[in-house]
Amino acid sequence: MIEIENITKRYGETAVVDDVSLTIAPRTVTVIVGTSGSGKTTLLRMVNRLVEPTSGAIRLDGEDNRSLPGYELRRRIGYAIQGHGLFPHRTVAQNIATVPTLLGWERSRIDAKVEELLTLFQLDPAAFGPRFPHELSGGQQQRVGVARALAAEPKVLLMDEPFGALDPIIRAKAQDDLLAIQKHFETTIILVTHDMEEAFQLADHIAVMDKGKVVQYATPSEMLLKPATSFVESLIGVGERPYRLLAIAPVASAVEPGAAEGAPISSALTQREALAELLWSGRNALPVAGPDGAIIGKISLEGLARRAAGPT
Amino acid sequence: MIGVPGSACRCRRRADTAGRESGLKALRFDKLGAIIAALALGGAFIAPFATFRANRIVAGEAKTIIEALPLNWSTGLLLVVLAAAAVAAFRSPVPLRLVAFAALAGLAFAIGVAAGFLTPAGNSYARISPASGFWVMLFAFGLLAADALTRLRPAPFVRIAVLVAVLAFVGILLLSGSWDGLSLLKEYASRVDTFWAEARKHVTLALGSLVAATIVGIPLGILCHRVTQLRDGLLGVLNAIQTIPSIALFGILIAPLGWIAANIPGAATIGIRGIGVAPAFVALFLYSLLPVVANTVVGLAGVPRDANDAARGIGMTDWQRLVGIEFPLAFPVILTGIRIVLVQNIGLATIAALIGGGGFGVFVFQGVGQTAMDLVLLGAVPTVVLAFAAAIVLDAVIEMAKPNNRQAEAR
Amino acid sequence: MMPKLPVFLRLAAFALLIAFLLQPQWFEPLLRPLVQDNAPVIYNQGSLLQLTLLHLRTVAMATVAATVVAIALAILVTRASGAEFLPLSRSLVNIGQTFPPVAVLALAVPIFGFGEKPTLIALFLYGLLPIFENALTGLTTLPPSVMEAARGAGMTGGQRLVKVELPLAMPVILAGIRLSIVISLATATIGSTVAAKTLGEVIIAGLQSNNLAFVVQGGLIVAALAVLLHDGLQAAERKLVARMGR
Repeated sequence: MIEIENITKRYGETAVVDDVSLTIAPRTVTVIVGTSGSGKTTLLRMVNRLVEPTSGAIRLDGEDNRSLPGYELRRRIGYAIQGHGLFPHRTVAQNIATVPTLLGWERSRIDAKVEELLTLFQLDPAAFGPRFPHELSGGQQQRVGVARALAAEPKVLLMDEPFGALDPIIRAKAQDDLLAIQKHFETTIILVTHDMEEAFQLADHIAVMDKGKVVQYATPSEMLLKPATSFVESLIGVGERPYRLLAIAPVASAVEPGAAEGAPISSALTQREALAELLWSGRNALPVAGPDGAIIGKISLEGLARRAAGPT
Repeated sequence: MIGVPGSACRCRRRADTAGRESGLKALRFDKLGAIIAALALGGAFIAPFATFRANRIVAGEAKTIIEALPLNWSTGLLLVVLAAAAVAAFRSPVPLRLVAFAALAGLAFAIGVAAGFLTPAGNSYARISPASGFWVMLFAFGLLAADALTRLRPAPFVRIAVLVAVLAFVGILLLSGSWDGLSLLKEYASRVDTFWAEARKHVTLALGSLVAATIVGIPLGILCHRVTQLRDGLLGVLNAIQTIPSIALFGILIAPLGWIAANIPGAATIGIRGIGVAPAFVALFLYSLLPVVANTVVGLAGVPRDANDAARGIGMTDWQRLVGIEFPLAFPVILTGIRIVLVQNIGLATIAALIGGGGFGVFVFQGVGQTAMDLVLLGAVPTVVLAFAAAIVLDAVIEMAKPNNRQAEAR
Repeated sequence: MMPKLPVFLRLAAFALLIAFLLQPQWFEPLLRPLVQDNAPVIYNQGSLLQLTLLHLRTVAMATVAATVVAIALAILVTRASGAEFLPLSRSLVNIGQTFPPVAVLALAVPIFGFGEKPTLIALFLYGLLPIFENALTGLTTLPPSVMEAARGAGMTGGQRLVKVELPLAMPVILAGIRLSIVISLATATIGSTVAAKTLGEVIIAGLQSNNLAFVVQGGLIVAALAVLLHDGLQAAERKLVARMGR
């Protein structure tokens, strides 16, 4: 649990972050969204005290984050940034081993951890461990950056536009991987982005920031159905609302009884993907297959249209 | 003064392809090589090879290659020069162009032979020196060798090996006595003891002040990097020091050091004196500070922001970040500063002679005073060789220090 | 990276320098403590003003010659027809800078005799290197998009050189000239060891007669000239760069 309480950061007269309070549940992904200059990065950097707040407090599992020196705090919190920030003079393995080495782990434990993480991120440890960062592609560098952030098994991972430098296809893959890894390690993630699409894709909770204030902090569906301000509404994009609503729910929750013709759709897909499938196949309904492949019902255009409708 | 490594690589690569093409196409003129060949041929056939003087200071008599060497030697040397000139003038494979080293070796042997050949038997006053033709050929083939080496892009340790080989060759020639007939070596022979004493002083001045400047300058540079307010002021002062002419700075320091020697107990016993080595050492130290401090600042400022931010973000202390990330990444740039200082100091140390600080400058200024060219050379040649060797070695070290330099180029 | 003097400091330094050159005796009390009781305080074997002008003339002549030759060479080796010379010329610049100025000066004496000539030669050769190096950097690091645009607009090689390449490279070239001038100002003093008429004469006279006041005044005049010239040239460069909107 991360409790952010009345936190404020001023540079001179201007408050970059202005009296923000958030409570972040453990093992969830919270995405902070906002335009540039909204204070989202500053808020993130106050969690691991790369920026010291002017007033207010942040508690991690009830413990004030000022109760130990900044560098020790940061060794317990993962940190990954846009452009990855890998150390160009150290190999991939050495980069990943940075924090465990700082913490004084034993050599064998470090090696095992490096190998585990590289494997988890689909990088062959023997091939990639000894390479230098500049010998990797952008996507590979980014994965190493996240692996380094996770090396000391932190309970909390802070990410500042981690996928900003990636092309769309690699970015989508990286986002899926991140969710899988978050489930695997049960990490609490706070991620900063300006990309609303990414926020809806990843978040359990979204905090929208504008001019230093959190204007809305809610689950994706709440935010879609009840945007707090016109700013949130414009950030979501009026034309995108129904599709976003479908995109955050799985097919499984929209299954209707009955049978339908055509190739079955997996119940694990999002409803938005199901809608696309329906439109493309030119049918009004398609059968839905459960995780074991058995047909468990159908999904229809009509049903999806009802679910995509906003509050009346 | 830091250079643009990227652009240097690009041009070298272009030269490389040019070299490869030349192997494929038929004989064509190489523009640079044609000029070198013309220089070499002019040096061999038009200009005199050696100068004969009846004694140390009278005007000399110019001798061509034919006059200066026994017949078999002169024919041999001319053939080598012709062959090397031909290789140079046409587009030949780059390794073949290393024939320049053979021509240089030929020149080195021949000038020693000329000394013996021209000196009348039993005459110890006669002086033989290399004349303009020799120097022009040395320059031309030096160019050819440098060009061939540049085109081959040798790895750093190969460059050092070439340097060591050349120095060893010269050393063997010196020890074998085949140059003993040359006027330069006669000047040396009459000053063996002082030569090595001055050499020691020269190296002590140049290296010692560099070590002191490095020990003081790197921490100062780190301080300047961290404390911005300090940076402009300190760099400004160090820059202003650089504008004071070396002779003047050497002279100005005489007074305070003299005062210290006279008034602080123990200072004189550790060698601090108003004139001599101490002011020269302090002056060189002051000149050295700027490149070391400035390059430390530039190097640290060039550390990628992302890497620095990540280092802080994952919990490195300031000290760990400095030692583990910033310093290793800034190191090649700092080394570049050290290279500038070392080469500059080896040159400037010659001026120490003017205030009694010793060094090779002693011979240079004595030679200028006596209009004895050979004495000037006795001071100047070792200085140039030292500076040149220092530059080659440090350039190679800098290249090796750059992280993953080799792999980066291979991509 | 020279200190950026505020304007009034710059003017004050300039005024002080002029006053010292015209009326050196005004400053006698300041320098008095540096000498023995009855030794002369102000250089008495020639006019400081005249030596300063000669010093500047020597530096100016060498720098003009070095600038013309260095830029011409840099243009030559950066054309397609001169590309073969490029790698070697870079190495030569590197090698040339390892030659100590004293050695160049001393070796020029036997060829050119004593006096101003060897000094000019040494300053010329030594001043060539920074200008050539910077001109090379300037001409080889032009933005490729601009060069493409110039070709696309139908400029001939000569037009590209005069209208695009040289103007764009000018700030870097000027920085090289500035560096060369500062080095030459200091190096010219060494010329006085081979009897050239420069401010080095004052310093050397001071060293020979153990007169610290001479050493200080000679050194400070040269240093002041260097700082003021460096500063003025840098200001001029900035104006030029600002006008080019970069």
